[in-house]
Amino acid sequence: MSVITYRQALRDTLRDEMARDENVMLLGEEIGLFEGSYKITEGMLKEFGERRVRDTPISEEGFVGAAVGAAMLGLRPVVEVMTINFSMIAIDQIINHAAKVYGMFGGQTSVPMVIRTPGGGGQQLGATHSQNIELFYAFVPGLKVIAPSSPADAAAMLRAAVRDDDPVLLLENLGLYNSKGEVPDGDESVAEIGRAAVTREGSDITLIGYSRMASASLQVAEQLAEQDISVEVVDLRSLRPLDRQTVVDSVRKTGCAVMAEDDWLTYGIGAEIAASIQEGAFDYLDAPVRRVAMAEVPLPYAKPLETAALPSAESITTAVKETLSAVGKRVG
Amino acid sequence: MADTAKAKGGGSAKSTGGRRRSRKDTTQGAPSGTTSAVADEKPDALLDYYRRMLLVRRFEERTGQAYTQARIGGYCHLNLGEEATVVGLMESLQERDYLYTNYRDHGYAIHKGMSPRRVMAELYGRTDGVAKGWGGSMHMYDTETRMLGGYGIVGGQMPMATGAALAVSYRGGDEIVMCQLGDGTTNIGAWHESLNLASLWNLPIVYAIVNNFTGMGTAVDKSSAEPDLYKRGSAFRIEGVRVDGRDVLAVRDAATELVEKARSEQRPYILECTSYRLKGHSVVDPAKYRTEEQTAEARSNDPVAAFEDQLEKAGVLTEDKKKEIADSVKDEVADAADFAENSPSPDVSTLFDYTYATPVANESRRMPADPVFAE
Repeated sequence: MSVITYRQALRDTLRDEMARDENVMLLGEEIGLFEGSYKITEGMLKEFGERRVRDTPISEEGFVGAAVGAAMLGLRPVVEVMTINFSMIAIDQIINHAAKVYGMFGGQTSVPMVIRTPGGGGQQLGATHSQNIELFYAFVPGLKVIAPSSPADAAAMLRAAVRDDDPVLLLENLGLYNSKGEVPDGDESVAEIGRAAVTREGSDITLIGYSRMASASLQVAEQLAEQDISVEVVDLRSLRPLDRQTVVDSVRKTGCAVMAEDDWLTYGIGAEIAASIQEGAFDYLDAPVRRVAMAEVPLPYAKPLETAALPSAESITTAVKETLSAVGKRVG
Repeated sequence: MADTAKAKGGGSAKSTGGRRRSRKDTTQGAPSGTTSAVADEKPDALLDYYRRMLLVRRFEERTGQAYTQARIGGYCHLNLGEEATVVGLMESLQERDYLYTNYRDHGYAIHKGMSPRRVMAELYGRTDGVAKGWGGSMHMYDTETRMLGGYGIVGGQMPMATGAALAVSYRGGDEIVMCQLGDGTTNIGAWHESLNLASLWNLPIVYAIVNNFTGMGTAVDKSSAEPDLYKRGSAFRIEGVRVDGRDVLAVRDAATELVEKARSEQRPYILECTSYRLKGHSVVDPAKYRTEEQTAEARSNDPVAAFEDQLEKAGVLTEDKKKEIADSVKDEVADAADFAENSPSPDVSTLFDYTYATPVANESRRMPADPVFAE
């Protein structure tokens, strides 16, 4: 068992998959000589050469679309889009083409490609570089959208994504790259896309999150355990397909729920989760579902404003406690 | 002789093809200099081209008819008037070569090797359609014949075709990719990004522009700052050639030369085929943006009629042969339509069969009125 960073887990897995399958190739801006803006592709060019590790010009539509075409001919390109904000330049290729080619042609060809892209606020990058727009992609049938929250999960989900025959968008998070976690040595586990995980069992309330907010939720649950509050944590992991059943089962057990998300509230992932809980666990609910989300503003640069706009362990804790108070459960 | 003009990449685009018509001229006048070319050709090949062009013509006429009878839904963009370009381009490809096209794709699908029956069945949205009724008019696709799709978003096919060429190059294959597109496509970002990648990475691809001078209803010179489209690769050091797209032999020759250069040199090329669609952008477009003169001009320069005339004058196409071809094409189209009529519609139980290639947990298979959670 080793304790490694989320970044290292991605890097190790990517290298292993490159070594395992000749059809796996990397495409993206600054992934070769520069070794990746966030150093996920460090050492790759040296190890695999220019044929398999291809620096692209700044032209997201061109290179993401090229990956779609290459995948149609059987390569398994892993594209790095430097941040999810830039993926919007390529959104036609992702939504109109990568997601549709399999269905639109009656299942004759698939698009086995991965788009790795980080998102997340908190780095003082201003309005256009701090967005969590994974929802745009999670909305679309034909795409798979996954968002690992721990190093072990990052490895297992990236492995699954590379070996999957469909286009998979793997959402990384700037705030998680340096987070550490245990990854079993020689681990070769492949995550099942479309499954959520109960990362901590509890009985008082269900706390649901994904990516950075799943990680924060676990931290909150551990803190609240010291106050005798038993929080069950559900990490969604996969935003499409979405594992509603695991959420509903948990809420049926605990009777109340808080959803924490690093995106805007209105129409957000939490809206979908709240609706699912309403449909699947209405009779079990002791309190309305609370949602903790980003303030609905273009994210500001100034640190105090940015910090205030982002959901945090504190804001999650407050929502959990208020929900429990509302149902008459003792809170510390 | 084909009326070609070339733009050499990397330098100023200039005519190297001798006599070059002005842009306006390319939409006027019968294909010139082809009578002598006909004399150099094998009669069987000429008759075959004629038959293929006529097949596209009659197939599309039938398609338009079926559309107005509501047997075909959606949008429907026909190849009427572009038959010589379709046949000429497809004649330049080897079976192993790949093709990407835009939404005006029926003729290309047929002459890349798909059966007219299955193309028509796709138009009817039936199970025997090339995409089992999932694609429709704009989305013909067939793995076997390497027709890798018609695409409905203008320019959407360009990055993908470029990526297909990347895959060929990655594997050291000797196939090439042809990417067909319309004149309007040369103004979108994907065009520029694709040409840049193809040239940087030395990809074996031919971008075949069918310049019918009208991006829906907007004339090329109202939408392209450089309306000589074959020159538009010069910023990327990609050589471009213009050819009269109503002359099947000229298109075939120019395309074959570029296809083989792309293959041997592992480089991208651009071929502009000046063409003219006889009807509107789609079946429902009455083309009111055209003047009566323009329409009359197009009709008087019908490539099928012109080729027929040439072959008759050259003594290749006799009255008997003409009737024989007309009859066989008529039968083939009628057979395709009958086949489509008799093919069943897809069963609703297959609705969720083609969302994902790798099965996935918790995929929604919910019908509109179903609850999300069963009690």
